[in-house]
Amino acid sequence: MSPRPNGPGPRGMRNMRMPGKKVENPGKLLMRVWGFVLKTYKIHMIVVIVCIFASVLANVQGTMFTRTLIDDYILPLLASDHPDFGPLAAAIGRVACFYAIGVAAAYTYNRIMIFVTQGSLRDLRNQMFAKMETLPVKYFDTHPHGDIMSIYTNDIDTLRQMISQSFPQILNSIITVVSVAISMIILSIPLTILTVLMVVVMMNVTGRLAGLSGKYFVEQQTNLGAMNGFIEEMMEGQKVVKVFCHEEENIKKFDELNQKLFVSADNANKFVNVVGPCNAQLGNVSYVLCAMLGGVLAIKNFGGFTLGGLASFLTFNKSFSMPINQVSQQLNSIVMALAGAKRVFDLLDEPSETDDGYVTLVHAVEKDGKLTESPNRTGRWAWKHYHKATDTTDYVELTGDMVLDGVDFGYNPDKIVLHDVKMYATPGQKIAFVGSTGAGKTTITNLLNRFYDIQDGKIRYDGININKIKKADLRRSMGIVLQDTNLFTATVMENIRYGKLDATDEEVIAAAKLANADGFIRRLPEGYNTMLRGNGSNLSQGQRQLLSIARAAVADPPVLILDEATSSIDTRTEKLVQDGMDKLMKGRTTFVIAHRLSTVRNSDCIMVLEQGRIIERGTHEELLEEKGKYYQLYNG
Amino acid sequence: MIKTLLSQVKEFKRASILTPVFMILEVLLETMIPLVMASIIDNGVEKGDMGHIFRMGAVMAVLALLGLLTGILGGTFGARASTGFARNLRKAMFDNIQTFSFSNIDKFSTAGLITRLTTDVTNIQNAYQMLLRMFTRAPASLICAMTMAFLVNAKLASIYLIAVIFLSAVLMYIMSHATRYFKQVFSKYDDLNASVQENITGIRVVKAFVREDYETTKFQAACGKLYEMFIRAEKLVVMNMPVMQFTVYSCILGISWLGAKMIVGSSLTTGELMSLLAYCMNILSSLMMLSMIFVMVTMSTASAERIAEVLNEKADLTDPENPVMEVPDGSIDFDHVNFSYKKNSQEHVLKDINLHIHSGETIGIIGGTGSAKSSLVNLISRLYDVTDGSVKVGGIDVRKYQMEALRNQVSVVLQKNVLFSGTILDNLRWGNKEASEEECIRACQLACADEFIEKMPDKYHTYIEQGGSNVSGGQKQRLCIARALLKKPKVLVLDDSTSAVDTATDAKIRRAFAQEIPDTTKLIIAQRISSVQNADRIIVMENGEIDGFGTHEELLASNAIYQEVYQSQMEGGGDFDEHMAGGEKS
Repeated sequence: MSPRPNGPGPRGMRNMRMPGKKVENPGKLLMRVWGFVLKTYKIHMIVVIVCIFASVLANVQGTMFTRTLIDDYILPLLASDHPDFGPLAAAIGRVACFYAIGVAAAYTYNRIMIFVTQGSLRDLRNQMFAKMETLPVKYFDTHPHGDIMSIYTNDIDTLRQMISQSFPQILNSIITVVSVAISMIILSIPLTILTVLMVVVMMNVTGRLAGLSGKYFVEQQTNLGAMNGFIEEMMEGQKVVKVFCHEEENIKKFDELNQKLFVSADNANKFVNVVGPCNAQLGNVSYVLCAMLGGVLAIKNFGGFTLGGLASFLTFNKSFSMPINQVSQQLNSIVMALAGAKRVFDLLDEPSETDDGYVTLVHAVEKDGKLTESPNRTGRWAWKHYHKATDTTDYVELTGDMVLDGVDFGYNPDKIVLHDVKMYATPGQKIAFVGSTGAGKTTITNLLNRFYDIQDGKIRYDGININKIKKADLRRSMGIVLQDTNLFTATVMENIRYGKLDATDEEVIAAAKLANADGFIRRLPEGYNTMLRGNGSNLSQGQRQLLSIARAAVADPPVLILDEATSSIDTRTEKLVQDGMDKLMKGRTTFVIAHRLSTVRNSDCIMVLEQGRIIERGTHEELLEEKGKYYQLYNG
Repeated sequence: MIKTLLSQVKEFKRASILTPVFMILEVLLETMIPLVMASIIDNGVEKGDMGHIFRMGAVMAVLALLGLLTGILGGTFGARASTGFARNLRKAMFDNIQTFSFSNIDKFSTAGLITRLTTDVTNIQNAYQMLLRMFTRAPASLICAMTMAFLVNAKLASIYLIAVIFLSAVLMYIMSHATRYFKQVFSKYDDLNASVQENITGIRVVKAFVREDYETTKFQAACGKLYEMFIRAEKLVVMNMPVMQFTVYSCILGISWLGAKMIVGSSLTTGELMSLLAYCMNILSSLMMLSMIFVMVTMSTASAERIAEVLNEKADLTDPENPVMEVPDGSIDFDHVNFSYKKNSQEHVLKDINLHIHSGETIGIIGGTGSAKSSLVNLISRLYDVTDGSVKVGGIDVRKYQMEALRNQVSVVLQKNVLFSGTILDNLRWGNKEASEEECIRACQLACADEFIEKMPDKYHTYIEQGGSNVSGGQKQRLCIARALLKKPKVLVLDDSTSAVDTATDAKIRRAFAQEIPDTTKLIIAQRISSVQNADRIIVMENGEIDGFGTHEELLASNAIYQEVYQSQMEGGGDFDEHMAGGEKS
């Protein structure tokens, strides 16, 4: 029932993911990735493609040179009595120029690709994050956090590989294969056919081996997942293992999993390792066959085929099969990258939180007995409400008057968890929700600031339907202290200032004092400038709560939503927290999910919830007199 | 560190030695191929000797076959050696962790141990395979090709020597600088991801304070900075390719020019020139490979260090010789016990504790956070060893017992307790493997867990998810108590084990204890006065010392701290939720 599914850590999730899941419509996805890159880096990419061309051609040109060297220079030189090395020097100079261009081009495109890759990834990350921030709370409640995290880490990583490595390499390979193929055809058609045949054999072998290893890879991945799951669980519970002397059973179970993983990993790796030598030797065979056939052709001088031609062809033979192997290796990583790209785009395509609200929150000032807008902070706030029908604007003072009328709600439309909730809170009142876990207390507070939208009924805030209020303004008017305190990596000062970004240091300290947090903050090694990390892991639970109270206090909102912590903190800190909360609540309309007797007793009105319905309401005394459920519960 | 790791190769020593042997053989065969090639061209093609071409072709086919064989064997043994090594490393670590005492465990973070057992081992596995296969292959290939080049023509081959020296110097420079940059980049990258994580878990706070734009701006600034750092690091790395190409091309041109002159001068043949050119790629690409291996291996040293740390950690508690196996009764005595978590620390967590608890007594323990309540009870089942003094259970020093025997008879329900994935019965049987279903049900009834288990669809066969995520906190605690009860212990320690259980059920559990297991000594740590006030005696802890020890009434009359806690809880600081929870699922 709790709307907070806490996903397992990113590490766990990473291994749970099944590999090789089919991506639908890979072409479209690929286009989208490139569309994204090209949007910013069109000119860059044109230069890159031109440079790759230049570099490949320079390379091919260089390989062709071996033939020219032997046929056109060395053999004539050998034949002449007075060898003149001038033409050779000139030829070498020419080739050197080609090479220089090739090197320059390779450097240029590699360097440009850094900007393209890193820039695109930066833009993608920025877009993802900006998008994520607009997503409704529901998204975070229904997606394991580890999965979301994994998009930022693993999926972006595979995309980086694809953009920075796979793409240039494939382009390079294609251009190489095509130009080498053309050169080979020019040199000798029979030898070309032979080479191509051998490449087909090679790809066939690679494919077969990949198929075999694929099975083991899936197995390895599954075993790895099981193994890691077991390790995570047992490391988490290591102390319990000790207390129950369960070490031996644990080792037995571990050995089993470990052996399974070993067998599948061994097999998977074996096949991968074998692919290389197979291709290399097939390449050698192809080379030998070409040498033999080419030798025959050269001796017979078939179609003007020469010794120099054979020398060049043999080099081409190698440069033809190598890129094809590379491409087949890259294909795997492209498939992986596309699966990652899909998750990235799924996030970007997620519908943002909608906001049709038009009533805004403004600083208010009273002029001639009427409330109007003020450009400066006045300490008073008003709702600016524009009426389309009459083309008039009126201002309603923000007081914190809240009415819920016939509210129905379910996280899932067909499973209603709140039924016909009716309640009201007048400005400054303190409303307490009590009830067992799953009764719907947290759910009600989720509706007030529109983390979720109600299915039926109405919620009115100072007489205005909250659906008409801009979400940002609605939320700005409400402070919130949650049970799970979330702090950010920043100093204590900045963490409190989160409530009001333009708060001065003095305001922050005043808020901390109000929340009873000042005392412990001053005892921290660097006081207010102490850095908090890992959700304030260097603080105790109670101290984290005090900080989150201070954070709400600095925002100084007219309405407060408090979710009291249930976890047991020691009596003294608890007193501080309690006291801080009490001070914060003073003079504000407060909705509190109560876990403490004192909070409940001091409330103006107590709502007793059971299975999504308010079954009793009234003050502590009234409810006791009623001798209903509350009375029963109170007296245990 | 390397010695520690390598000692785990064990049965894969043979494979570990054979892999490089086969790799070197493969390289030798590969080196011979250009030689045969040269022969085909010089003696076959140039002289028009078809017979020679075919003879040499056959030789090459044999060489290729042998190459294939050695390659396959090298690959197979390499896979076996590295995955086997990984298996042994994982096992050695896991086994060693099982011997860890609590203080050993405290030294490492849970996440840290998990990373060591998973990611770090994978890193080492890859690095080891790389070392066995590529690290022998690349230098062997380099040396062979170089030797052959020198054999063919020493003068021309010296060009390669110069190229190798030049290229290795440049690559070294680039790689060493780049790794330094990349280390910085990756730590920044981790920070960036940490901030994403914070935003995901704290999304309610972000939204409640309308800080979406603020967070986005902050993120984009960090992202921009990371981008700059990546560019700076990668700018260095992209130098690799052009430098390599430049060297290769220079070699080809140099050799072509000088080679042509030598051929004309009749000190070189065309075939030899071609072999030399073929060696060029071999030499330089193996150099490139070496520089990559260098980077990979340096990156994995951090993993190796972390693994060695776990392997070298010695369990600091061991069983005595001739251990006592039976705990006579449930009496507990503390004699002048000092205790600190760190050795040689002057600051003691527990100071001069003297306690004498009779067998079968129920003892409540109360005190603020950090008053060392848990530390006190953890000494009883020897989860830690005392620094000074002695702890006796049944009149015998806990250090004289076999630890397993002691812990089976002193049952502790830890404050941070966990259930494991498996059925409820599986979990209960952690307490006693042989427990029958009836015994399990009995224990659950005692712990008031039976009532909610019976309402579950599969009852005692209900599957508990990892970490017990599908049961509530109170249910989890009750299951943990039942699990501890199944040991039929002489001493039962509950360390704040009913904090999430409502007061009524809490009381019911305590009543059941009193009636059903009267002979078991029970120690109950609690925050709530109500949980301890009916105990035979209550210990009040404060700053590692016993501030008071007596019955509820005695303490209420004489102990200031106890009075304070009592007052605050009676005045309504109590837990309303607990009252409510009584109606839970009813």
